[in-house]
Amino acid sequence: MTATFERNVKGLLGTKLGMTQVWDENNRIVPVTVIAATTNVVTQVRQPQTDGYNAIQVGFGEIEGRKVTKPNAGHFAKAGVTPRRHLVEIRTSDAASYSIGQELSAELFAAGDEIDVTGTSKGKGYAGVMKRHGFHGVSASHGAHRNHRKPGSIGACATPGRVFKGTRMAGRMGNDTVTTQNVTVHAVDADRGLILLKGAVPGPKGGVVVLRSAAKKTQEA
Amino acid sequence: MNPTDLVDRASLRDDVPSFGPGDTLKVHVRVVEGTRERVQVFQGVVIRRQGSGVRESFTVRKLSFGVGVERTFPVHSPIIQRIEPMVVGDVRRAKLYYLRDRVGKAAKIKEKRAVR
Repeated sequence: MTATFERNVKGLLGTKLGMTQVWDENNRIVPVTVIAATTNVVTQVRQPQTDGYNAIQVGFGEIEGRKVTKPNAGHFAKAGVTPRRHLVEIRTSDAASYSIGQELSAELFAAGDEIDVTGTSKGKGYAGVMKRHGFHGVSASHGAHRNHRKPGSIGACATPGRVFKGTRMAGRMGNDTVTTQNVTVHAVDADRGLILLKGAVPGPKGGVVVLRSAAKKTQEA
Repeated sequence: MNPTDLVDRASLRDDVPSFGPGDTLKVHVRVVEGTRERVQVFQGVVIRRQGSGVRESFTVRKLSFGVGVERTFPVHSPIIQRIEPMVVGDVRRAKLYYLRDRVGKAAKIKEKRAVR
């Protein structure tokens, strides 16, 4: 089995530092998310002959040497790089053009590029259906009694005689892997390894995000 | 210090004079008309200054042909050519919203005579 199509995808990991605002060339305020994308390094190149697909593995983030597991320590030693905290695979058709140990800087992306940003959303805890699924709840008045934020009916009666699987109910919300597509790169500060993205991206401050070339904008290779 | 302050530092202006609510200012605003750029002066009383850092803003109120006009500017906005403090006002509030309900002599703010 082979992938039917592959794209040339550029990818990086970064830490979300927070949001702020800058002025653009037309003196308009642009809300930006600041991503610190330093210490990215290629730890493995996956090739069709050996692995069955094209990809690069990118390591990111500092980690104390004693905290690295033995299998990971060996993996990093083989690549000849200092251990990193996070490892992510980026599926890209031009994997062969990368070499093991190659450092990837924030300059991989340029201002104006459109990228997809993947992160882990903020955990919301146990949330009701209005917050979790956007239900409208029940009327605030007209005799409604203590059921203003309830879901209402969750199914029929003797047929089917059960609640269908996947029925949206209250429960744990957030802490999911979320991708925001087509985020514009506003500016890249190569000296400090910062990437300024227009608008918001998933996750809390300090959260790790994966930046990839936009899936809906990159041409098939 | 926030990690994003490094980014903000480039946007901050260092030529902002000290002014506060009650002060009368002349704000010289760059206006782009097509390809031409000219400077427009907006003169009035500061009725509010809020926020901090790159997001700090202030609101200037003036009477234009009998109609109250308020304009809010980011303190560090690049469209401001310069801010010219005219009169230091003697006020006891941080937000001078009560001026909106007053006209004529009642809306006048005393000048602060003391040495600042």
